[in-house]
Formats: sequence, structure tokens, C-alpha cells
Amino acid sequence: MKQTTPQQDFFRGIWRENPVLIQMLGLCPALAVTNTVENSLAMGIATFFVLTGSSLLVSLFRRWIPNEVRISTFILIIATFVTVADMGLEAIVPTVHKALGAFVALIVVNCMILSRQEAFAAKRPVGRSLLDAFGTGIGFVIALVMMGGVREVLGNGTFLGFSVFGSRFEPWVIFALPPGGFLTLGFWLLILNWFEKRRADRAKVRDWPDGVAEARAAA
Amino acid sequence: MTGGGLPVIERKEVPAWRLVATLGTAGGLAGFLLVFVFGWTQPIIQAYKAEQLRLAVQEVLKAPDRYDTLYVFDGALTSTLPEGQDPTTVEQIYLGYRDTGDEIGFAMAADRSGFQDKIRIIFGYDRAEASVLGMKVLESKETPGLGDKIEKDSSWVAQFDGAVVPLVGVKPRQATGDVHEIDFITGATISSKTIITIINETLERMGPMIDAYAATRVAAEGTR
Repeated sequence: MKQTTPQQDFFRGIWRENPVLIQMLGLCPALAVTNTVENSLAMGIATFFVLTGSSLLVSLFRRWIPNEVRISTFILIIATFVTVADMGLEAIVPTVHKALGAFVALIVVNCMILSRQEAFAAKRPVGRSLLDAFGTGIGFVIALVMMGGVREVLGNGTFLGFSVFGSRFEPWVIFALPPGGFLTLGFWLLILNWFEKRRADRAKVRDWPDGVAEARAAA
Repeated sequence: MTGGGLPVIERKEVPAWRLVATLGTAGGLAGFLLVFVFGWTQPIIQAYKAEQLRLAVQEVLKAPDRYDTLYVFDGALTSTLPEGQDPTTVEQIYLGYRDTGDEIGFAMAADRSGFQDKIRIIFGYDRAEASVLGMKVLESKETPGLGDKIEKDSSWVAQFDGAVVPLVGVKPRQATGDVHEIDFITGATISSKTIITIINETLERMGPMIDAYAATRVAAEGTR
């Protein structure tokens, strides 16, 4: 088991190993319900709640859960929290619950959550598991809001319901539709990978012996 | 195994009862927690739904002074259900009155498959004029920007106010201004047609019951 510091456990999920943008997990809700910032936030927070609750319980009871039934037990725990989240959302924000439709119940099968239980919470103490869940959960919310922000501004001309461009703007409806989800995710991945590659190239140049970079540039 | 084979990992066998006990306990605790959450959220959810329905009835009956709930039971409308019949399992329609006591019309909810998913609407019906009083979409998942105009385009929704049944859908360019006509939404013909069909079909089914109910009411008032 690789040793990590608490800071690494927390920050890893937020950006460097962001569940959606880097690990490409949980893409189904990231594509399906991110047509507005409000829906993205609600989905992100519901998933954050399920992930944190499940990680806490899985980590707490990890010594008592036999290996043979661990996955079923994890799913049972996750499903319980999802049902709580589903009923809670319907009671607190009924309009958002209606907009998310079946996707709240589908948090159960979000592989990001199960993967955190299997890969982390089932083997680590409670504190570390919670840090990991917080980090991953926040990373998920950030990724969803990045998707929702672009799609709502372009597809509807608003951000969180407030008009951005005024009444003369003709919304690019495709961004509110399913294809817009794929386009937005594609653009974000393109941008992030381009930056990552540029950073890696620069680091390589820095590591060259003195004079090589200048010689290359001259040639 | 001889001569440097892979080490045999001895795994301790977990007895079956422990597996069952683990899952059983987890399931039991989960159920216990859900009972509490259900008990807390259900009244709030029910109250919200009732309020939404009340607002919808207010809207499609053009702000009635009060309204009665009628039940569709045994092929007829009745204001009281027999003992032991759960009112939530019976189809309900609503009869609105003005403050003078005159009836405004009946509000009824119905659904049908639209372009993407089920469209559920509620509409008001004026029996005397055979016309629609108003229409409101309760549930739909139609295409944003096209089909969702059935909810969001207020000028389209306003066409239903006063339209005489049976409704006929027409392309906007072929509209003649007839009282039966409803313009289709360009690019969302199926969604618009679905709503027209829901209203026509529901009235075909409910119309006789509504007439029969009104007749018995008139008879009852006559004998009073």
C-alpha cells in the first residue's frame, strides 16, 4: 500500500486525479444532468453526500465486512444513502428533483463512488477515508459545475438563472441538449490535456543540460 | 507442488452464516434508517404535491372561488366514495364554482406518451360552451428549445383558452382562425399534437359522465 500524506489524500481528488476530468469516472451524470448550473450543483452535492456517507460507514466497518460480500455490502450502503438523498432532494428542492429525474437514483451505479470504497475506504482509517471522500466529492462538484457553466451560458444565455448576454442573445440550443454534453466534455478535456502537455514539455526542456535548449531553438 | 512453485496462499474460509449475518445486519440497519427518513420527508412531499395541484386547478379554472373533488367510480362521477375505498387510488376531477355558486367548469388531469416521455397535463372544461378554459402541463420531458414550448411558450398555451372542442391541430400557415383550431408548434408537431389528443380523448371519455353528473345535479336541485 502506497503511503500518502493526509494533504495528498484530500487534494488528489480535487484536481490531479479529478474523478470526471482525469479518471473519466461518473461520466453518465456528468453528461446527462449538467445542462444548467443549478442541476449540476444539486447532482454534485447529492453525490458528495452519498460518497462521504458511504466512505465513513465502509471505513468504520471495514474490519467486520467479510471479503466475499464486500461489494454487495458497499452497494447496500451506497443505495441507502442514495435513497436518503433522493427523498431529501424531493422534500427540500422539488423542482430540482424533478429536473434530475431518474439520475438521482442512478447515483447508486456511479462507479466513482464504488471505486473509492473498493480502492480506498475499505483499507484505510476513517479520517483518511473522509478526507479522500471530501476531496473526490469536491472534485466531482467542480467538474460538474465546469460542464454546467459552459452549457447554461451558451445553451440558455444565463448563469444560475441570471441573464448573461441580455435579450439579444440567441441561445445555442444544442448545448442544452445531450450532444452539448459530449461537446463540452470534449472541449474541457482538450483544453486540460493541452495545458498538461505544455507543462510536461516545459519541464522536459528545463531538465536538458545547459545550452541544448538554445541550440535546438537556433536549429 | 515441488521445486519453487508459486507460494500457496492459505485463505481462511469465512463461514456462510457470517456472510448472511453481515448482509442481513446491513440491510436491517439500512431499512431502519430509511423508515425514519421516509417518515420525515413524505408529509413534506405530499403537501408540496397537493399545493402544486391546487395551484394548477386555480390556473386552468381561471381562479374559482372554491372547487369540489369528484371521483370517477364505477363509470360515473360521485362526490362521495363508498366506505373503505382509498380516495388516492381513484381518478379525480375537480368542479370549480364562482363566488355566486354558478359552476365554472371541470378540471381534469390526463397523460399520454409525447415525443420523449409521458406528457401529463391538466385542463379546464366549460360544459355550457363546450370549450377549454385553460391548459397547463404538469409533467413533460420534451426537447429543450422545441418541444418544451408546450410549457414555456405562453402564447401557444394561451391558444387553448376558449378553444371549442373537439380541438383540431393545424399548421400555423394553414390556420383559418376557426374556434376549434390550435396551431402546431413548428419543429414540435408531435408534442403539440399529443396535448390536443389528450384533451380530445379525455373529453370523449369524461364528457358523458360529466353530462350525467350535471343532469343528476339539476334534478336534485329541481326537487329541492
